[in-house]
Amino acid sequence: MAEHHADHPSFNHPAPLKLLYGVFIALIGLTILTVVVSTLGLPPAIAFPVAMLIATAKAFLVCAFFMHMLWDKGFNILFFFSSVLFVSLFIGLTLTDTSEYQNTIDAFPRAEDVAAP
Amino acid sequence: MAVADSHDTAHDDHHDHGEFIAHHFDSAEQQFDSGKLGIWIFLVTEVLFFSGLFVAYTLWRNHHPEVFEQAHVFLNKYLGGMNTIVLLFSSLTMALAVRSAQLGKNKQCSLYLLITMVCASMFLGVKAVEYSHKWDMGIFVRSAFDFHAGHHAAEPGTLAASLGVSPYLIKLSFIPAILLVGCIVASVIGKMTEKPLLSKFLVGMAVTVGGYFLGVVVGQVFVAATEGGSHASVVSPTEPLMLHAMTSEDGDHQAGDGEEHDHAEGEKHDHADGEIHETHHNEHHDDAHAMDHGPDPSKFDRDIGTFFSIYYCMTGLHAIHIIGGIIALAWLYWRSLAAHWRPDYFGPVDFVGLYWHLVDLIWIYLFPLLYLIE
Repeated sequence: MAEHHADHPSFNHPAPLKLLYGVFIALIGLTILTVVVSTLGLPPAIAFPVAMLIATAKAFLVCAFFMHMLWDKGFNILFFFSSVLFVSLFIGLTLTDTSEYQNTIDAFPRAEDVAAP
Repeated sequence: MAVADSHDTAHDDHHDHGEFIAHHFDSAEQQFDSGKLGIWIFLVTEVLFFSGLFVAYTLWRNHHPEVFEQAHVFLNKYLGGMNTIVLLFSSLTMALAVRSAQLGKNKQCSLYLLITMVCASMFLGVKAVEYSHKWDMGIFVRSAFDFHAGHHAAEPGTLAASLGVSPYLIKLSFIPAILLVGCIVASVIGKMTEKPLLSKFLVGMAVTVGGYFLGVVVGQVFVAATEGGSHASVVSPTEPLMLHAMTSEDGDHQAGDGEEHDHAEGEKHDHADGEIHETHHNEHHDDAHAMDHGPDPSKFDRDIGTFFSIYYCMTGLHAIHIIGGIIALAWLYWRSLAAHWRPDYFGPVDFVGLYWHLVDLIWIYLFPLLYLIE
């Protein structure tokens, strides 16, 4: 069956097959890379950012090609990435506040200790 | 096959409405764009939904990095890595299904959707092996955490014992087993009552559920291969716990590795709930003893339990999304078999595809965060 792009309405952008297979191979490669890096025994200060960097590279590939973001409307993409902004606010603001009540927590007996006779 | 459906003219009063173009839309494009915006809004809520768990993770890792270092030995990164590849492959077949639907190739689309569903089930099968392996060692959420080196042997004479698998795995596989039998029986009934579409759909669903059992087998083989088959791997996780307990100003406990741990367990039990004693723990401890030796080593168990609370919540919520995805994919599979997709109507495949890729995206982050801690 021939592919008849002429029939396609403007909102229909089939992704090229080679692109999809290429993205998949890249994703597998990055997965293997991140497992290999984790076995190298790098210090956590390096290993964690590297793992997150590889994950973000994979996320970029999935978003851009599998999710067709490159062909999608700018508004949709902006909308989606606004969620990332709110997630970073959520994590960031919570992190700044988290040590605030540590003294109170430390002063409070652990549940186990309370249960002990 | 591209335009397999006869154009429905029932609604065709003002516009050139296709069969599936709802009446309140001017055109196929407007309907598509509305649906697309809708699914993006849903995906935003999904990201925010998961973000709460990511906050819990971040805070805990920030405050207790040592717990994460202790906990990582319980997780099999090769099993997780293989599951990542299974999920990535399902993402590829999903993208290919979207492409087929865009080209109006319904038959090809149904095949790609079927592969996607089988991979999703396989992912769940591997997860079931992973969970049951942990439950065997008493690795539960914080409140039920009861780690003991060594498996609970399955009771002789039971199904689990004769198959040589975890009793928990048998319980987890109960629903898929019923579904498998149900799909096969219903498919045969569909065949006999001359409902070819239904019968075909149910065969596909039976194959999908079969993917779960494939995942279970692959997972078992993988666990046996990467953890040596013997119970050596089960013993090694205690070492970081030991190390931590010993370095925290406690000299007396250094002798007797296994005993040390049992001791900690026994204390924990006593503090928590007197009813759930295991007799072999009792002989090692008394409460006064715990007071004599500074920090209670059992608190390390407690904190690792919290790691697993987070682990189960994150991977469990993700697994629920996989199940939801399979249900949505089954709906698409049905519609592909009914040859509904055309170059101007493929929205549902695209939208479910976006959801499926998001589930994949979340796993892409969960995998290094949970499995690749060193």
